[in-house]
Amino acid sequence: MIVMADLTVTVGWYMVLAAVLFSMGAAGVLLRRNALVMFMSVELMLNSVNLTFIAAGNELGLVEGQVAALFVMVVAAAEVTVGLAILVAVFRRRSTANVDVLSELKG
Amino acid sequence: MTEVIVFAIFALVALAGAVVMLTAKNPVYSAMGLLVTMFSMAIFYVVLDAHFVAAVQILVYAGAVMTLFLFVIMMIGVDKKEDTSESIPFQRGITFVVALGLAVVIILAGRQAWVTGSDAFGSPDMVGTIETVADSLFGTWTIAFLSTVFLLTIAAVGTVALALFGPTAVRSTDGEEGA
Repeated sequence: MIVMADLTVTVGWYMVLAAVLFSMGAAGVLLRRNALVMFMSVELMLNSVNLTFIAAGNELGLVEGQVAALFVMVVAAAEVTVGLAILVAVFRRRSTANVDVLSELKG
Repeated sequence: MTEVIVFAIFALVALAGAVVMLTAKNPVYSAMGLLVTMFSMAIFYVVLDAHFVAAVQILVYAGAVMTLFLFVIMMIGVDKKEDTSESIPFQRGITFVVALGLAVVIILAGRQAWVTGSDAFGSPDMVGTIETVADSLFGTWTIAFLSTVFLLTIAAVGTVALALFGPTAVRSTDGEEGA
């Protein structure tokens, strides 16, 4: 429960913080035009999910939460390398990282 | 009480870093804000007894990933001002509503039960040292761990392919022939 008489940090505090950070990352993806900053926002979302994994694992006394966080980190690293390579390839061809300009696929 | 103070300080730092990342016009400032948030995350991991993951967080995220980001920012150019005009009407307002709604929905849904499941299987004094993490990673989750090897290899090969067979590779050889 959120109610605390003696004010100790419970798992709920971390979950609320992670939820707020996740929402800020989602807002970043929707708000920003620069593809690099959009990537950073996705990284923020992945990080906040890691925080929930580790907080839950700590609460239950299971190491699986940390293992899941490590796997998320691996996927995030792979995503960043491929994403930034695509971004550099697009930039070399179009000289922009603005996603509004890159709209050839628009129907 | 110490944990409350640490949480309060670094929660504020993490949120401030995220706000800087969201609002900074210069992508370098955005990267720095994200870096601050990631360091705060590492602090939380230490508090939550995940020592190995905290070390990996600093090495991989704050070290490698952010360096890669900064490298690409420098390569693409930081002096370009981001066009902040909206192509979709009311996009900014809609974004705030959607993000706020998302946070409220997650918090309300999670408030019912943040963590479900019996804690009979876990050990309350579990500490995520390298030994405990490795026991699980190379014991129960060996197949999943090995499949990350495939994932990283494919990602590395794909990145090299994108760099090698891009449009400028062809163009540069054409330029050399022309010169």
